[in-house]
Amino acid sequence: MSQFFLSLFSGIFIGGAAGFLGSLMLPKRMALVAGPLGHLALPGIALALIYGFDISLGAFPFVILGIILIWLFERKTKLPTEALTAVVFATGVAIAFFFLPIEQAEAALVGDISSIQLNDAIFSIILCIIIFFVVKKIYSKMTLINISEDLAKSQKINVEKYNLVYLLLIALIVALGVKVVGGLLTAAIVAIPAVTSRNLAKTIAQYKFLALSFGILSSAFGIFLSQLTSLPAGSLIIVSSAFLFLISIILKR
Amino acid sequence: MENVVLRVENLNVKLNGEEILINLCFDVEEGEVLAILGPNGAGKTTLLKALLGILPFEGLVEWRKGIKIGYVPQRLPFIKDVPLSVKEFFHLKNASESETKEILESIGLEEEILRKKIGDLSSGQFQRILIGWALASDPHVILFDEPLAGIDLGGQESVYNLLERLKEEKNLTILFVSHELSIVYRLANKVLCLNKRMLCSGVPKEKLTSEAISNLYAGQVKFYQHKHKGEERL
Repeated sequence: MSQFFLSLFSGIFIGGAAGFLGSLMLPKRMALVAGPLGHLALPGIALALIYGFDISLGAFPFVILGIILIWLFERKTKLPTEALTAVVFATGVAIAFFFLPIEQAEAALVGDISSIQLNDAIFSIILCIIIFFVVKKIYSKMTLINISEDLAKSQKINVEKYNLVYLLLIALIVALGVKVVGGLLTAAIVAIPAVTSRNLAKTIAQYKFLALSFGILSSAFGIFLSQLTSLPAGSLIIVSSAFLFLISIILKR
Repeated sequence: MENVVLRVENLNVKLNGEEILINLCFDVEEGEVLAILGPNGAGKTTLLKALLGILPFEGLVEWRKGIKIGYVPQRLPFIKDVPLSVKEFFHLKNASESETKEILESIGLEEEILRKKIGDLSSGQFQRILIGWALASDPHVILFDEPLAGIDLGGQESVYNLLERLKEEKNLTILFVSHELSIVYRLANKVLCLNKRMLCSGVPKEKLTSEAISNLYAGQVKFYQHKHKGEERL
């Protein structure tokens, strides 16, 4: 299979899964958390680039570490999550620049899906399919939790368990997302398809479907455009996604 | 007594080191409508949550075995962040289509409302939908937090009537929290005055003397018992 199709398929799967999960993250203002988490992954991405292993594998432990640190600081200090996230993610970026090889900075910051290897692509696609089905499975329970944890608890839903699965999914999608759009743009890959969909959807069924579709479409557009222009695919994916968002504003009555 | 559906003994709730509820003891019998009355910060919502088992507590909260409980929370500020149709909202509770239709009829709403977005409903319609949601899966008991809060006057009257009718038709046991005396007089056959501790309990007309009320509200508000129908708020 040609390198182009390899990156196209991986991009489509990761973009779709990110959009789908993003639709679940938007209601609780969680979508932006993916940004700091992506920044936090930068030291891991830098290590992966230096030692030549998969970027997602480098990113994942750092994302998990970031989530645990934010959770711990929150319990200790009772400061708002956003504030703590700012402390943690800025530190991540700062540390990454101690050893990030400057010639590879672009791949780390805005991603480089065009050079993905076959093994990585297969691994990513399988993970995306798993993420898709898990999100599908927890969707209605998570929606109820997003609306009201008390209401969910009154339905005997184990809120802690669902939140844990949900956070793991976020960590996974961030780790996969950095491969496509780099450490800087992960918030956009989960948030933009969801907000675009939110502009147009009247029901949750439409909302889910559109978020998934916009995720897939913007990845496909971005990767095609990158092939034509040889500009970075990660940036083009986000610009395509933002373009779809603008159209949705026009269509929104 | 075999009619008892809920027994509460020495219930204590502490949140972040602060005592919210102290030594509550009461029973609720089948078919009873219990009003939990008290000023802001008295622990009314906390009590409902403890009864539902969604807050940690000390003491005994014993529901009759196999009993099904419906819960109508006070506010759902995040629901408008989700593009959710009324139909889909009922799906979240696994209510079947026929059950949903039956419920709509009993809460006096047309089927067309199923296609509407939750965010587009009026406050009165939304409150009815929340009541309907609690009724899905046929509960024996309904816990209701501030049934009339944030609803315009016309909507309040229809929610009153709905609750009165449901009480008759479905033989529901209802526990509701309120700081409004009018609804307590109209609906409840038992009242529990709460301000962290239980200050009175019994039949509303007997127990809610103006002395008991000023005691409950600790001089915060002057209250006069209206003989006519009024919308007094405390």
